Amino acid sequence: MTIEQGFINANRFGYGIRPNETPFSAGMLAQMQSPDPADTALSYPNTEDRRLALVALRNIRRDTNRNSPEYKQLRQELRDGVNDDFRRMLLRPMLSPRGFRERIFAFWLDHFTVAPKQLNSRILQGGYFEDAIRPNLSGRFADLLKAAITHPSMILFLDQTTSVGPNSRVGQRRDRGLNENLAREVLELHTLGVDGAYTQADVRQFAELLTGLTVTLEGVEFNQAIAESGGETILGKTYGDGAASLDNIFEFLEDLAMNPITAAHLARKLAVHFVGPDPDADYVAAMADAYLASGGELIALYDVLLNHKAAQVPLGQKARTPFEYMVCCLRAVEAEADTIVNLDSRALVNSFQAPLTSMGQRPFFPGGPDGWDQDLLAWITPPTLAARINWAGTLAQDHATGLDPRQLLETVLGPLAPDDLSFAVTAAETKWVGITLMLISPTFIRR
Amino acid sequence: MTLSRRKFIAQSVALGCSAAASPLLTPVTFASTPGENRLVVIILRGAMDGLDVVQPYGDPNLAQWRPNLLAGEAAGSIDLDGFYSLNKGLADLMPLWRAGELSFAHAVSTPYRDKRSHFDGQDLLENGGGNADASLTAGEDGWLNRLLSLLPDTHVETAFAVGRQRLLLLEGAQDHSIWSPESALNLSPQAELLLNRIYASDALFAETAQMAMELSKSNEVMAMGGGRSGPTKALAQFAAEKLNEQSRIAAFSIGGWDTHANQSRGLGNALGQLSEAILTLKSGLGNNWQQTTVMAITEFGRTVAENGSQGTDHGTGGLMIMAGGALKGRKVMSDWPGLDEFDLYQNRDLMPTSDVRRYAGWVLRDMFGMPLSDLGNVVFPGVDFGDSPGIIAG
Repeated sequence: MTIEQGFINANRFGYGIRPNETPFSAGMLAQMQSPDPADTALSYPNTEDRRLALVALRNIRRDTNRNSPEYKQLRQELRDGVNDDFRRMLLRPMLSPRGFRERIFAFWLDHFTVAPKQLNSRILQGGYFEDAIRPNLSGRFADLLKAAITHPSMILFLDQTTSVGPNSRVGQRRDRGLNENLAREVLELHTLGVDGAYTQADVRQFAELLTGLTVTLEGVEFNQAIAESGGETILGKTYGDGAASLDNIFEFLEDLAMNPITAAHLARKLAVHFVGPDPDADYVAAMADAYLASGGELIALYDVLLNHKAAQVPLGQKARTPFEYMVCCLRAVEAEADTIVNLDSRALVNSFQAPLTSMGQRPFFPGGPDGWDQDLLAWITPPTLAARINWAGTLAQDHATGLDPRQLLETVLGPLAPDDLSFAVTAAETKWVGITLMLISPTFIRR
Repeated sequence: MTLSRRKFIAQSVALGCSAAASPLLTPVTFASTPGENRLVVIILRGAMDGLDVVQPYGDPNLAQWRPNLLAGEAAGSIDLDGFYSLNKGLADLMPLWRAGELSFAHAVSTPYRDKRSHFDGQDLLENGGGNADASLTAGEDGWLNRLLSLLPDTHVETAFAVGRQRLLLLEGAQDHSIWSPESALNLSPQAELLLNRIYASDALFAETAQMAMELSKSNEVMAMGGGRSGPTKALAQFAAEKLNEQSRIAAFSIGGWDTHANQSRGLGNALGQLSEAILTLKSGLGNNWQQTTVMAITEFGRTVAENGSQGTDHGTGGLMIMAGGALKGRKVMSDWPGLDEFDLYQNRDLMPTSDVRRYAGWVLRDMFGMPLSDLGNVVFPGVDFGDSPGIIAG
């Protein structure tokens, strides 16, 4: 691999260069094939811890009231926990030499977008990141799919708690019915894609199959009283003919995961995300074929994604999303963990969360279940580019005064840096302006 | 923007485009404008339930589909004409209704059918194309951008996309401005020079930054004195200020319409945002309100029957809302399809009986004096505009 190709890969498939980082020498695919020590090094409250905290919050509210000091204190602690989730989200890719692994994590998090509607969901969301998505990055897609769809965050986000089989006990007695939201988005966004061969009738049947899956403060459960019994025929195959069960749902999700249309949808989405909007047809087909041939293994997808010749085209058809951009900037100026760990909540909002919103990516709140925009033009607009320029200037002033911009440019962009950028960095009146110019250059923002 | 934002992808990858030729990089004087009439387009993202906003409570079948989502007097709604009632979330707009400054088109839709995807539905709504599968017109641009190509003497601020969210509606070959009321750009003159230098070989960055610099300077005061207003109110205020200056067209989005559960609460919030936006435009525009039409459009309607969670799922036929001093208003325009089971689209959705682009086309014709034949060729290809629905006064 040429030196230039190394820089291309670090930016296309990772979070760019962090000077003085010991690179993960075994290669990018290997990042996915061994456990990440950071998984155990950084402890976090898991989904069950969070559920218990919500139960405690309910109990305190029941035993006292909404204005009691005990209630307010626990509520505040849980809110602070949401900020810790944000800190962890920035810290892991900022400090990890496994940049591809972190980008893959972000990719699936976006593919299975959840956006919280109220405090309970916000508290659970960090558990979704770590328990549903992160442990399933390099196994079978079907397992990732099942973990995402049955996590409380997804069940709440796509209204599955409100969907009741019309002929179920509760449906009959209380005249309740289906909510199609989760069924539709699983087909449209998570598996087949909107151009996939499914109909409104499939959405409806799948929604019936999903009834019973719900979540309460006691956790995720399959509730027979709200489940539509009898078989449901989806995409020409009938699932379950006796009692409704989670197994029937899983059987369909397994089939969906191995559907060739799903394979093509996932392959194309990966290519569009990592390379560009109009991916090479052979690249997409090779990924989909490898995935199907492997029995639905994600590693098979990643192998082609990284190693096909279409992965070696020049950079520049994509813009880093604001979150990616922030991480790449922090890495480039070698920001240390305490930059983020030691900030109080207000400073965390002012220095990171509010700027992300100004750049067009309010943290934790994607516009809809389809996640963030993949198009370069969506991110490079006058108000959002202005926000990137302002934030990069502040970062350079606060964190990069000791660095030599010429040297940094050489380390961070190497052969990718164009001559006009090298000139401008040298001509800057102060070090921090020089570093700012590097961070706001098209070469750094595009990838 | 000066070049088609879509074309930038190809150009900037090739890095062959020089920004020096861009008119944005030299001072521009605005001598003339395309008339005094003003148009605001609001995209309601998430699929507004038209049946719960302008409720056909006079249709005997409505109550049977919606035992919990009430209409008419039972819901505290306001009677409009004996057949339709207005959701109380828009009660603050009743003075406009009484003044003839508010109208609706019911049972309308884009040509999009069957897949009921928000994202494809919104793209087609903004693109203005005619394909049921939501594939876009060849230019993949927005219909409001194509409208600009028909207007005389336009300049970069004739049309304004307001907010941080992208608006396909205004993207395309014609110049337009994009800014968000709370944005600012702080650069020293020296840094600005160097920035121009490193952006010079990348047309997308050069033009975007140039617009940011200019708009940041001219809108400094607004960035300072925002006050504690909601996000939508700030967008509307900013749009009104631009329309009082050189702009004649403004567009922004309001989200929050995807009411799968507990619709009365979610819809109430979204209607509050919309109502505030319209009233802010009216007060901000002053006398110019008399020459203004506001159009609020959504990707599709929702199911006629309520679902199992006091909400509604994705449907087809929906509602378009029009307001403004230019209106010959106080109408609910519709070829009402009825709500009997056999009247519905695929036994579930309100049957669309007219194309939302037909009403939009008449608004454009009346506001900008544009021949329908041009609109049918360029803006809304292939649409049969039919007879005038009589939306605009004069």
